[in-house]
Amino acid sequence: MSTFALDRVTAQFPEAVAERYLDRTGGAWAVIHAEHLPKVAAFLKHELDFKLFVSIDAVDRLHLAENDPRFEVVYFISSLSRREHVRLKVRVSESQLEIPSLVSVFKGANWWERFVWDFYGVRFAGHPDLRRVLLYEEFQGHPLRKDYALRDRQPLIPERPIKDIFRGPGTSGVS
Amino acid sequence: MADPHKPAAHPHPDVPNPDTDAYAQESELEAHLQSKPMFINMGPSHPAMHGTVRMKVHLEGEIIKNADCEIGFLHRGFQKSCENVTWTQCLPYTDRLNYASPLMNNFGFLNAVEKLIGLEIPERAQYIRVIGSELHRIHDHLTCVAATGMELGGFAPFLFAMEARELIMDRVAELTGARLTTSFGRVGGLNRDLPEGWIERTLKSLDKIRELNIEVESLLSRNRIFVDRMKGTGIISAEDAIDYGWTGPCLRACGIDYDLRKTRPYWVYNQLDFDVPVGEHGDNYDRYLMRIEEMKQSERILRQALAKIPSGPIIVDDWRIALPPKPEVYGTIEGVISHFKLVMEGIQVPAGEVFDATESANGELGWYIVSDGGGRPYKVHVRAPGFPILSAVSSIVTGNMLADLIPTFDTINMIGGEVEQ
Repeated sequence: MSTFALDRVTAQFPEAVAERYLDRTGGAWAVIHAEHLPKVAAFLKHELDFKLFVSIDAVDRLHLAENDPRFEVVYFISSLSRREHVRLKVRVSESQLEIPSLVSVFKGANWWERFVWDFYGVRFAGHPDLRRVLLYEEFQGHPLRKDYALRDRQPLIPERPIKDIFRGPGTSGVS
Repeated sequence: MADPHKPAAHPHPDVPNPDTDAYAQESELEAHLQSKPMFINMGPSHPAMHGTVRMKVHLEGEIIKNADCEIGFLHRGFQKSCENVTWTQCLPYTDRLNYASPLMNNFGFLNAVEKLIGLEIPERAQYIRVIGSELHRIHDHLTCVAATGMELGGFAPFLFAMEARELIMDRVAELTGARLTTSFGRVGGLNRDLPEGWIERTLKSLDKIRELNIEVESLLSRNRIFVDRMKGTGIISAEDAIDYGWTGPCLRACGIDYDLRKTRPYWVYNQLDFDVPVGEHGDNYDRYLMRIEEMKQSERILRQALAKIPSGPIIVDDWRIALPPKPEVYGTIEGVISHFKLVMEGIQVPAGEVFDATESANGELGWYIVSDGGGRPYKVHVRAPGFPILSAVSSIVTGNMLADLIPTFDTINMIGGEVEQ
């Protein structure tokens, strides 16, 4: 696993990188301070040719051994010329759930950031259109958080009780 | 009381009414088509919108001024469901991500889990994974090409493609026991070996599929109506496609040579000889041609893999990962214990995280998996190739004709199951 991009980022913005490590498969990661994220992303894109925006997601670390701060937002960006991935993380606590948006750097960040907002409740400052992407507007809460019950239901139209079907624990939407 | 059936008078009679007065001096034959901005909802019940997607289109005449895409409600809660079952029990959920190529999703997920464990699967299993994946790549592309042809008015190519698709379905059913919900892979290998005579039947099927593909191609590729509606429509530049995160045939149609089977070979792809077709214009026609060419390359891969497949085991011989053989389960206490622990507790995947990707029919199918060391995944993120592609549709169609929306939506091959995560 080449660490070319992370070495360059560390050299260019030493204040931005909080931590670097290799995961158990040899993948190189850098934990970035949230406020430096846009300039790191712009540097990766324009200077190092990491232009293919792969995806974003978040991890709710509520039940993991290391759970402070609670959320990790993970970024995957690829370079077509170098054939490499770069993996970044931004850690964000429950009380300060806001990080800068990357939409001005990568157009592809638009829907992924909406996705992370929808399912984890992480806000992206500067996003032009931050609204839910998969769930409906009236939905309460963020269902991929670990404290959101698996079978919690919020039907827009009340579900009719069906005889002899057990829908499992949790509210069924039928009172 | 005013008569509700009587049309209301124009509120300001001194001001010209743009709907009626502006063209009052023109003769009827030369009159402009009256147009004012209009909002229409394409879908979710429009047949081209897969029953879930809704495009809120702002039209001026026939030109799209703005289009807002809503994915709709096909959600199964894929991630949440996976995080509450054992690793092996995730497989049925992965099948249903892209229902035109379930085996690829299945194997892609397993590949990531095996990478996290640090597991090398037997060579025969790798070959069978390649064979299953390429069969389903043809299947997926056939579905897309056929639907595109049909939605632009050609029903005959659809029927030919469906016949070819049925042949693949039959072979997949013989292999896995199911046409769609395959659940064929297992961590460390596969569920079962190839059935007897399957290779010969598959080779015969490939001959027939090639004939049918030639029929489809000859009916569509130079058809005047089809070409006129596809060429020069739905164009996206290579820079934009990369910026949005496009991968697979849609990206390659823009002229970018990027295929994970070549750039980061997995399984036995580096032992097989095939080309990566690349387009030029990034329009609908190029995306259609890409799929036609990729089917030919997949056939090449299949014929080589079927000829070269070695004998040997199809799953690792490690009872902490794969279920023990049945005689061992019934005859030894170790077998019973292993079987019981694997079924009840799941495979104990070491704590850690991994990102791994395979080249599925629509592009890079990425998996980010976090394990806390238990029998269930802590976090499963799927980077579905359709999600970034769909996110760019609004910008592609803006400024173009409404009629171009249909071929554009067809050629990006949006699959609801994977987009909904």
